[in-house]
Amino acid sequence: MKPRSMVLSTRGMKMLKKRGWQVALSTVMLAGLAFTAVAGWIGTPIGSRNFAIAFVWIGWFAALIIILIPIFGRGWCSICPIPMVGDWVQRGAILGPQGSPPRGLGLRVPAVLRNMWTQNATFALLALFSASILTSPRITALAMVGMFALATGLSLVFERRAFCRYVCPMGGFVGLYSQVAPIELRVASREPCAACQTKACFNGSAEGYGCPWGVFPAGLTRNNYCGLCLECLRTCPTNNLAIRLRPVAADLAVPSTRRDEAFKSLLMLGSAMVYAAVLLGPWSSFKQAAFGIGSLAWLVYAAVFLVLVLGLLPGSLWLIGRFSQRLARRGEPDSRANSPRARSPFAAFATPLVPLGLAFWAAFSLSFFLTNGSYVLNSISDPLGLGWNLIGTAGVAWRPMLAGAIAPLQTAVLLGGFIWAARVARGVTARLQLPSLPLIGFLFLPTIVMMWLLT
Amino acid sequence: MRSRENAARVAILVFVGAAVLIPIAAWLRTPLVHARVAEAGGWGPDMLRARAGEPLLVRLTSDDVVHGFAIGQGDAPAVDVMPGRVSQVWLRFDTPGTYTFYCTRWCGPNHWRMRGTIEVEGGQAPSAVPASPPLFQVLGIDLDQPHPAAATPSARPEAQRGLALAGSQAQPIDLSLDEYRAQSPAAVWQSWRAERSLAGLSDQDLWDLVAYTYTSTISSAERNESAQLYASNCAACHGERGDGQGVFAEALTQGSLAMGGTSDMGQTAGPVRPADFTDPATLLGASPALLHGKILRGGMGTGMPMWGAILTDQQIWKLAAFLYTFQFNEEPAS
Repeated sequence: MKPRSMVLSTRGMKMLKKRGWQVALSTVMLAGLAFTAVAGWIGTPIGSRNFAIAFVWIGWFAALIIILIPIFGRGWCSICPIPMVGDWVQRGAILGPQGSPPRGLGLRVPAVLRNMWTQNATFALLALFSASILTSPRITALAMVGMFALATGLSLVFERRAFCRYVCPMGGFVGLYSQVAPIELRVASREPCAACQTKACFNGSAEGYGCPWGVFPAGLTRNNYCGLCLECLRTCPTNNLAIRLRPVAADLAVPSTRRDEAFKSLLMLGSAMVYAAVLLGPWSSFKQAAFGIGSLAWLVYAAVFLVLVLGLLPGSLWLIGRFSQRLARRGEPDSRANSPRARSPFAAFATPLVPLGLAFWAAFSLSFFLTNGSYVLNSISDPLGLGWNLIGTAGVAWRPMLAGAIAPLQTAVLLGGFIWAARVARGVTARLQLPSLPLIGFLFLPTIVMMWLLT
Repeated sequence: MRSRENAARVAILVFVGAAVLIPIAAWLRTPLVHARVAEAGGWGPDMLRARAGEPLLVRLTSDDVVHGFAIGQGDAPAVDVMPGRVSQVWLRFDTPGTYTFYCTRWCGPNHWRMRGTIEVEGGQAPSAVPASPPLFQVLGIDLDQPHPAAATPSARPEAQRGLALAGSQAQPIDLSLDEYRAQSPAAVWQSWRAERSLAGLSDQDLWDLVAYTYTSTISSAERNESAQLYASNCAACHGERGDGQGVFAEALTQGSLAMGGTSDMGQTAGPVRPADFTDPATLLGASPALLHGKILRGGMGTGMPMWGAILTDQQIWKLAAFLYTFQFNEEPAS
């Protein structure tokens, strides 16, 4: 699928190549992170009235899911404050590409950890404690400071952005769904890259530092692992890189073959359903179990969650894959060993879960935001719950927005997500020469469950 | 380049430092009284200081559920303390002393433990009037001993009928205030039963006379005021109908009202069910002085709080009188 056009004019690209604006934006975000952590720690413990909960988990998260990721992909990662200080310390420079000498041990991350399994684990861990993190300002503050400290610490031990690439629970999430974004950063042509002697995009130069995400841009085929830091735009000696518009979800045309990514998709899908049940559902005992960290009920909740996302959903998908293969082989001579359909299509079958999972999260966030959005206004005006009224909205009464439209909107999003996922599923199964119906049926079941949970 | 780099570092430090320090400074300069359910610590701080005659601004916020703030023995209306929001109230004390503030909302099983004090200093101390001991002490009543009624009526006594009977007697039948306060209804009934002049009245007639006597000590308006006090402060444990089945009664009997896992008030009295005022043996054996003492002092080790700091002496006497309405009908039975 060819990109349609350049997103930015030459002038826009020139502006993007300057690092100052990015440093300025990152600094604002860093200040925001610091303010959020302080507000979470010393402000009111009432989540709906504390900036750390109301602004971050209701406002920012909804914006991330509903707007930022679907449009800009990993755009958030380019200004995310969590790895910034580690990045600056590692390079020994803020405005320039490289100070001297660079700090840190600069070790390579062990090969066994260079995948998404750690990210899957950190997200699952976060999900198990999510009821408390999403409602307790202090726990949110601790989580943020913890992530910041871990990102900074890992920058001093490992080369590049080890935290973003392999640990950040949000990074895996954003990366997965960034595949649907209509923009991409790619090389214009591979020939100059093949001829390039310096590989400055990867190794760095006087113009910029080597890709902190460890990506060689000429090899980029998907958005997942490009953090849109834009350094390659600055370092490429032939101006061979550009940000382009492209068809939506172009990355999904070629199914993934990675099991860690498949598990990420399933984890995200299952988490959205569990979050919807815990945070928006009517079952108080379920909610109490999710909040009662360490209690027997919580252990049961944790076990159910893990069985769902690591056992039931992957197991079902694997079985669907095998069933599809068996259906496809009916009537064929026994050529199992040589058939291109011999290998389990599990990872490829997880590809349609990307648009479906994004739709799940968008539907969940719609409800969360439209129902609780007024708290964002309260928290901006009185972020610490000290009785301020900075912008005159501290006293705005809680009132759901578009109350009558929430359920139809969610249904539309979920149905849209399902149709989109079904189309991707047809593409995937066509490539694998497998029937599409079993996979589409698999996608339909959680869609119905999510619809029931939300509406 | 080096100077630009340094300038960037300074700018980032200043900017991020401001994002940290400004809220901390604002937080330090905004003293709030935090309300939390008693299990989580109650009021924080639970002791305030003021100068007599000078206004005191109290800014309140709740860290959990809706609470209320009021000053004991005061006339000012309670202030709602909402979760995550700040309420404020101006107070002014003309006389130095120790005042009690308390929660007015049934916020949790240990709601009544949510109390704090305001130490008011300066100004002119009130002229020293020797404090008289409460009546239960003067009478030597042991509040912690059982006081079952020696006699109980076979049917619910009717105050209106008692009023009619009193008017029809040749000699007035009444009690002085001191006699009323010192004696239980059962004791009064027994003494009247022993009187020859009343030998012509049946046992139930005498109970109706007792009912009239014990319900006529407060006016209708005072009864309504006392009913409100009862609903606000007593019904959580004793029940709206006085049957000891309030919303917190179960927790009280199971000992779960205890703080920090110990028994109530740290004593080993064991589970105590709130008094059942609909039980004739319980209430008709209690004199107003005994009830006044119980309310004033509280039930040591039973979970019954001390109300002396919250209610005025007059309010407590009226409340004691109101309790008898759980035994006596004031209106004619339909």
